[in-house]
Amino acid sequence: MNDISPVLWQFLVKWLTNFALYPPEASKIAPQMDALYFFMVLVSLIGLTIVVLLVLAFSVLYRKDRHPHAVQIEGSTLLEATWTIIPLGLFLIMFVWGALIYFRVYTPPANAMNIYIVGKQWMWKAEHPGGQHEINALHIPTGQPVQLTIISQDVFHSFSIPAFRVKREAIPGRYTTVWFEPTTPGTYHLFCTQYCGTDHSQMVGEIVVLSPDDFKKWLASSTSGNSLAQDGERLFASLQCTTCHNANPASRGPVLAGIYGSKVTLSTGEVVTADDAFIRESILFPSQQISQGYAPIMPTFQGQISEEGVIALVEYIKSLDSYNRVRQTTNTTELLPGSERPGPPVQTQPAPQGKVNQ
Amino acid sequence: MNFLSRENGLLSWLLTGDHKRIAILYLISITFFFFIGGALAGLIRLELLTPQSDLMASDTYNKVFTMHGIVMIFLFLVPSVPATLGNFFIPMMIGAKDLALPKINLLSWYLYVVGGILVIYTMVAGGVDTGWTFTTPLSTHYVNTNVMSTGMAIFIAGFSSIFTGLNFIVTIHKMRCPGMTWFRLPLFVWANYAASILMVLGTPVLAITIVLVALERKVGIGVFDPTKGGDPLLFQHLFWFYSHPAVYIMILPGMGVISETISTFSRKRVFGYTAVAFSSVAIAVFGFFVWAHHMFIMGISNYSMLVFSLLTMLVAVPSAIKIFNWTFTLYKGSITFETPMLYSFGFMGLFTIGGLTGVFLGTSGTDIHLTETYFIVAHFHFVMVGGMLMAFLAGIHFWWPKMTGRMYPEKISQLAAVVTFIGFNLTFFPQFILGTLGMPRRYAAYPPEFQILNVFSTAGATILGVGYLLPVIYLVWSLKYGEIAGNNPWQATGLEWQTQSPPLTENFVITPIMDHEAYDYDWLENQGVKEVASVG
Repeated sequence: MNDISPVLWQFLVKWLTNFALYPPEASKIAPQMDALYFFMVLVSLIGLTIVVLLVLAFSVLYRKDRHPHAVQIEGSTLLEATWTIIPLGLFLIMFVWGALIYFRVYTPPANAMNIYIVGKQWMWKAEHPGGQHEINALHIPTGQPVQLTIISQDVFHSFSIPAFRVKREAIPGRYTTVWFEPTTPGTYHLFCTQYCGTDHSQMVGEIVVLSPDDFKKWLASSTSGNSLAQDGERLFASLQCTTCHNANPASRGPVLAGIYGSKVTLSTGEVVTADDAFIRESILFPSQQISQGYAPIMPTFQGQISEEGVIALVEYIKSLDSYNRVRQTTNTTELLPGSERPGPPVQTQPAPQGKVNQ
Repeated sequence: MNFLSRENGLLSWLLTGDHKRIAILYLISITFFFFIGGALAGLIRLELLTPQSDLMASDTYNKVFTMHGIVMIFLFLVPSVPATLGNFFIPMMIGAKDLALPKINLLSWYLYVVGGILVIYTMVAGGVDTGWTFTTPLSTHYVNTNVMSTGMAIFIAGFSSIFTGLNFIVTIHKMRCPGMTWFRLPLFVWANYAASILMVLGTPVLAITIVLVALERKVGIGVFDPTKGGDPLLFQHLFWFYSHPAVYIMILPGMGVISETISTFSRKRVFGYTAVAFSSVAIAVFGFFVWAHHMFIMGISNYSMLVFSLLTMLVAVPSAIKIFNWTFTLYKGSITFETPMLYSFGFMGLFTIGGLTGVFLGTSGTDIHLTETYFIVAHFHFVMVGGMLMAFLAGIHFWWPKMTGRMYPEKISQLAAVVTFIGFNLTFFPQFILGTLGMPRRYAAYPPEFQILNVFSTAGATILGVGYLLPVIYLVWSLKYGEIAGNNPWQATGLEWQTQSPPLTENFVITPIMDHEAYDYDWLENQGVKEVASVG
């Protein structure tokens, strides 16, 4: 048989040995999503079978040579109601079931460890809080909820991990989040699924799921020396943000310590929460949202900082908040090398608060 | 003497006001573009035969699938049934001499041609690689291909579609013959009426969106540009506000064809006429309020997701109603299996699959995994190609005797219907599995484990190609050598069958009077061989 068509033969052997109807289930949500998927497959197969069997049966029973004279029938309200209500009921079950899964996928738990993802033509950059940078790869541990905060530097991209059954659009100018809890160590596909130009199909990578121990080793071997917050601190200094954002009572800008997650009153009277998006907007479009009591004098940094830079600044400003530092300690830092040291690595450097509070 | 032989010469066609001649002009033009789009599809499938992008570079591949989408959607699917069969038969079905606005009808064809020429210009000038969805800021700031000429083409072709819809609405309201009440209209007319409403209300939004993209690209106004405070998601809202109803513009007229053929070849009144008629209207109405189900993973709020997912479930129900009503039309009928009926059976099976897999995507949880993969490609090809194209071919075969006065050869066309069905399933069914496995759409290169399913798909596309070429050959052949059809070869009930084939330019010698329900086969039998209006 090998002589007849070796190529085709190879294909078939390869396919039959690797045949799969769905990708591996490597996250906690995957089996839940598959349960709904197979419920829908089942309902669809039953529906399709009913239609096909009826069409076949009627075609046999009422074909012209067997049934030469048609019997005219107006319709039937009872039947109309049946095939309106039953599909509607089934669709509503799917709607509710699907919405529950949707909420779960896009509502990260409070204890999730956060990793930033920046999409750009045509690569994925991952920024770990400990300062590990990755391109077209993402290393994550099992048994730990991982939140991704995703943004695009240029056009729409979409961060897709089929083995986890999650996908989230990377949107220019807007943070989106998704989370998952990997369950099985292994290497899985990472795809960009939103068409993004020439090398869209090259914007792929690997999701490497490691056991917690292996992940610690990986973190230790991949560290760049600085944490993300420390990168942000340097950027903060080099952009001379401290000129205005310092603790001097006469300073021209608001104090940033503790601002992350707090309520900020704007000059319009509106009260907003200072989250990642707020800080990003404030750096790139400062005149859009002026904190009450301050003059609109901050220059824009649009075009001067990459999205990674903005992320480092956000992370730095986050680290100025004692609550977040505690949270980060409990979630991420215990996985970091040398986690027996108290506090996050940012504290091994001169305390960042010093710059602002001096 | 008939509408074909009445006048001769190119000018008599190019300046005609006759809806039937304009329909023929449309038929020739959309067939031309269908084969361009089909050739591009062939290139896509050839490239995907192997995991590497080896037949063409990524850039070329991107241009090819973009042009395939644009040609097939704007130059084939949107005008297919309405502008050909609708144009030809709506006036005849309601007992009118022509559409209400014959010159607008001709203008609509000319706009279509201008749009088509601009698309050809775009291809010759190097193509465009934005995808047919024109996602900003890719289309406005990042690609340097022919976005402007493509946008112009779609803008102009859009007006052709608006004019067709407008013409149908006015005609159906004002030009029905005496006795032709709304509930005596053939369901084909109801379906086209519903589609016309979508064309008239939806297409202007597309036109506005294209203008905004053009302004953004040329002047940099910043409506969609996040670096200027614009919102790139706004583009998606505007785009899908047209492009989701557009799928109903494409499928509703096809559903109309199926109502006609199923009734005719089972010799029965359509089961639940009112339910089928109103389900068309329901699809048109609900169809306007589901657009954001294309954006579930794009950070719309949970509440918008709930609303749009729920409405998507509601729009699925009328389609289910139609399928079951067609099925029960067969019950106690007297069924024959001519080519239009075979295509209609194909439609019912494939559209059922296309519709049900749409529910997978309308369900927000599973949409996260399945959207932007080959699952969605398979889904809309089942609806558009398995559904709409099957319906179009059913309609072309069904009305061919009326349009040309000649029968098509039955055996070979039955064969073509079966070949198309097999080829279609082999092409697109593997894509559901590919999508579930996670293969993203619009990839010139893909991981090697997806190859075998892609090989199946390409093999199927080859068979499908044969299935589409056959009708062109035998239909052209039948123009000269086909059997003379006579006025009513199928013994169908529509008014269009009660006049001569091909019809007179005025359609009817005496304005017909509708004194019976639609699909009244008893009336037809009592008519005997008497024709309402026919002179040689």
